[in-house]
This record gives sequence, structure tokens and C-alpha cells, in this order.
Amino acid sequence: MKEGDIKFAKLLVLVNGLVPLALLVWDQSHNRLGANPQNFLILTTGMMALIFLILTLAVTPLRKIFGLNWLIQLRRMLGLYAFFYACLHFLCFYSLDRAFNFSSTIQEIIARKYIWFGMTALLVMVPLAVTSTNGMIKRLGGKRWRALHRLAYVAAICGVIHYYMQVKADVRLPLVFAAVLAILLGYRILEYLRSRKPKAAAVPAK
Amino acid sequence: MKNENKILSREITPEAMYFNRRNFIRAGILAASAVATGVVYRKLNPVGTETKKTIETAKIENVVKPTVIATNDTSGFRVDEKQTPFDDITHYNNFYEFSTDKEAVAEKAANFKTDGWTVSVEGLCNKPKIFALDDILKIAPPEERVYRMRCVEGWSLVVPWIGFSLSKLLNAIEPLSSAKYVAFETLLDATRMPGQNTDVLNWPYVEGLRMDEAMHPLTLLTSGLYGRALPPQDGAPIRLIIPWKYGFKGIKSIVKIKLVEQQPRTTWSDYAPNEYGFYANVNPHVDHPRWSQATEQRIGEGRRPTLMFNGYEEQVGHLYAGMDLRKNF
Ligand code: HEM
Repeated sequence: MKEGDIKFAKLLVLVNGLVPLALLVWDQSHNRLGANPQNFLILTTGMMALIFLILTLAVTPLRKIFGLNWLIQLRRMLGLYAFFYACLHFLCFYSLDRAFNFSSTIQEIIARKYIWFGMTALLVMVPLAVTSTNGMIKRLGGKRWRALHRLAYVAAICGVIHYYMQVKADVRLPLVFAAVLAILLGYRILEYLRSRKPKAAAVPAK
Repeated sequence: MKNENKILSREITPEAMYFNRRNFIRAGILAASAVATGVVYRKLNPVGTETKKTIETAKIENVVKPTVIATNDTSGFRVDEKQTPFDDITHYNNFYEFSTDKEAVAEKAANFKTDGWTVSVEGLCNKPKIFALDDILKIAPPEERVYRMRCVEGWSLVVPWIGFSLSKLLNAIEPLSSAKYVAFETLLDATRMPGQNTDVLNWPYVEGLRMDEAMHPLTLLTSGLYGRALPPQDGAPIRLIIPWKYGFKGIKSIVKIKLVEQQPRTTWSDYAPNEYGFYANVNPHVDHPRWSQATEQRIGEGRRPTLMFNGYEEQVGHLYAGMDLRKNF
């Protein structure tokens, strides 16, 4: 793909990533978030965080399977959107659910197992966001950077568990997320095993 | 100057046109993708605002309004708090028989027909009877009761219900002294209640009360709200409201009421015994394992502290004297 096309693809991601936020703000200002807007904001931002996280993780498998190398250029922005919506999600929880009460927020985080997973997911995303710049990639070196950024899987797994645990009874949608994540992770594991095999075979041949 | 400009513009025209066309296409792709994202977003996060229309249900005549002597009225029949708008009460429903999405229940239930409804009132009593709905409603005059409603999920409403105390129905069938509990059952008909095609819960929905809870004057056999017959999404044609208990105890669309000796099974405590108890009394000091019950989101307002027995401690506290409410949650 040409430089200009990639710029355009990035613009596409940039704009589309803002669509959910724009609709949230629009709906909110028109009183269209339903009967319980506070809860709607918490749930929707959490959902967006998880979706962008999954999209981020889908980049490498899609790139390899379909030979779309340029996709990699969109990954950083997808990941940052995941982090952005996760931060919004936490802020909604802190402001709307806990009424800006710091100690009750801490108490609630400690008391609820499902929030342990959400918190872990959010905390894990912090170093990933911080090291997402070109400068940081250089400073860390590709190998270490890639190892660090495998934590994105930890964030996604924790995110899905967090989602699954907070649902009251209808776990169908969280299970869909879990299945998609399992496929993405399974692909990476298979890839990894395949990349190791030739080496293992090469040892006795020496 | 002028001359130079002309030449320049003539030179770049073909390329500019090329760019323009490409930019045009790109702008189109951008707009189309944003619309597509918007559609997906709305699918994943439905608010159901399109269905916000007034539901046409029959008006209930001759409703007895509760006396408004707020200071010395200890019946609990009327709370003096802002009533939740009708639209919110009818578009934010936990009614898994239609949908697990609270915002979608109204639409899914819109065509629910209750013609020819009967309620079998049976079990340990002298006069078991299968009542036509109209006959049940004739047992006592309809009263308005303004109750708080606290959902186990942490949100709450204030609703002007219409109905009469369940005790009046139970007295009519003359319970035997061996009757210790009352078991309730919702309609089982997956063609009319599409949610019953899923196995999210064990159908039919069943609930239960201890006899003294069932006989308490606050326990309301409910057939309407806001002066009208119950809309389908709120449990038409007849449901239970027990204002000091979490909302799920208030079984909807009742077809069977049975007096029994043993504590009956109840749907939610079957589903997760460690999360939902048989009593399910509103209690800010006993958290749900997965979330706090100390505060609640009052629909249409802010968060507020949850009250012991949902504010009905004076009326019902004695029913649980000496009981460990942590164990009997
Ligand atoms: C400290 C961090 C976090 C806290 C305190 C938190 C808290 C919450 C709360 C309170 C809910 C709603 C529970 C309810 O009212 O039913 C929720 C739901 C959710 N959260 Fe989080 N969360 C955190 C981090 C995350 C992260 C990092 C993700 C994504 C990767 C995430 C994804 C979700 C999802 C998908 C839902 C469910 C949305 C739905 O049901 O539609 N959360 N979270």
C-alpha cells in the first residue's frame, strides 16, 4: 500500500474510533441513554474498551492469514482506543457509581472479584500505552517490546473474565467474546509452536 | 502575478482533478464506514428509545387512594418520594421471559395477550379455586400504593401501583393451619413468552413467601400502575409486589398460587444459591457477592443510600426478629 493509502486507513480508524464516543455524547445530550443513563455509560464504555482490545489483537492474525502487512500500521491506534475507552469506563465508575468517593472506590475495587480482573486489565494497559510510541519501541528494542506487548492478551483475558463475572445470568455475549479471544490466542499459540518445530527438528540433524 | 497564476492552475488541473476524485471517494468511504460503525454500535448497545411511546392499557376505575397523612401514617402504603416517570417504569424491566435486555422488554412484550387469563389458587386450603382474572379483581376494591422498588442489581424506582393485599385473596380460600408457605408460578408458554425458548433460567419462573410475609398488608397483589392496567412488560395481568424485598421476588404474570407446607424452590436461588436467597430482603449491610448493596441508583435521579428493608423496617422488621439476616439473605 502507498503511503497516502496508509494515512487514509489511519484516518479511517481515527474517525471510526470516535464514533461511539460521539454517539454517547449525542445521546446523552438528548436524554437518549434510556432509563438508567449512569449504568448505560459504564456498560457501554466497558464494552467499547473490550471491543477495541479484541480488534487490536485481531490485527496480527488477519495480517498473516491474508497477507495484509499494512494492517500493522493501524494496531497502535486501535490499542490506544482500547485504553482510552477503558479509562473512560473507569472514570464513569468513579464518578457515577462511586460519586467521586475515593475510599469507597478503593473499597469496592478490593471487595469485588470481577473488578479485580477489570483493574488488572486496566493496569496492564498502562505500560502498553506508555510504550506505544516509536521512540519507546526503539529504546526497548523490538524483541523486548514485543514480549512486553504480549500483555495485551492478559488485558483481554482479564477483560473477558471481568465481563463474564458481572453479568447476572445471560452469559451468551460474554461467551462470544471469550470464543473470539480463544481463536485469536489459539492462532498465536499455533504460530509459535510451528515456528519452533523446524528448530527442534534441526537439532538431531547437526 | 495574474499571468503566473493562470499558467500554474492550468498545469495542475489534471492532477487536482485526480486528487479531487480520489478525495471524493475517500470522503464517501469515510462517511460510510462511520455510519456502519454507528449501526454496529447501536446494535451492541441498544437503548430502545424508539419504543418509548405511551402504552395503551385500560384505565382502572374507582381506585382507592391512600390517605396522605405523611407524618403519622405508619402503614407504609404511600412513600412521599418523587414518583418515577411512567416511561421509565415501562421501559426498564427485568422480565427474562421476554428479553434479558431491560430496555428491550417493552417492545418484545408489546403484543402479549392476556385474554382468558386464569389463576389457580390451590393447595392447603378449604376452598381452592381457579379464578378468572375478573373474579380475582372483584375480591377487593383496587387501592393505590406508592412503594419504593429496589432491584437486586442496585437501582430503584418509586411506583404508584394498584392492587390489594394478597391476604384478602388468601383469606378467601381459607388456608389450613398446615399451610406454612405460599408458592407462586408464572405462565409457561414459549410461544407468547419468547424468552422461554432460551435456557437462561429454569422455566417457569417460580417464587415463594413465608405465610406471614404473604399475609402482611404491604404484600400487594398488583394489577395496575399509574391508574392503568399493568402493561405487559410490567407483569400483566397480575403480579406480586413485596416492597421490602428485592424486585425479583415480585413474580409477574402469575397463573398459580399454592399453599404448601415446605419452603418452595425459587428461580433465582435455584440459579445461584450463594447469590440470591429465599428471603431476599433489601439489606444495605449484606452485599451481593459481586456488588455492593449499600447504595442504589434511583432511576431519573442520583445515587442514594439503600434503606434497611427498603425503608419498611417499621412495618416488617418484626417478621425477622432473631433471624441471622446474613445467613438468611
Ligand atoms: C478498575 C477498572 C475497572 C472497573 C472499576 C470496572 C467496573 C465495571 C463495572 C462497575 C461494570 C458494570 C457492572 C454493572 O453495573 O452491571 C463493568 C462492566 C464491564 N466492564 Fe469494567 N471495569 C474496569 C475495567 C475494565 C476494563 C479494562 C475493561 C475492558 C477491557 C472492562 C470491560 C467491561 C465490560 C465489557 C463490562 C460489561 C459491559 C456490558 O455488560 O455491556 N472493564 N465494569
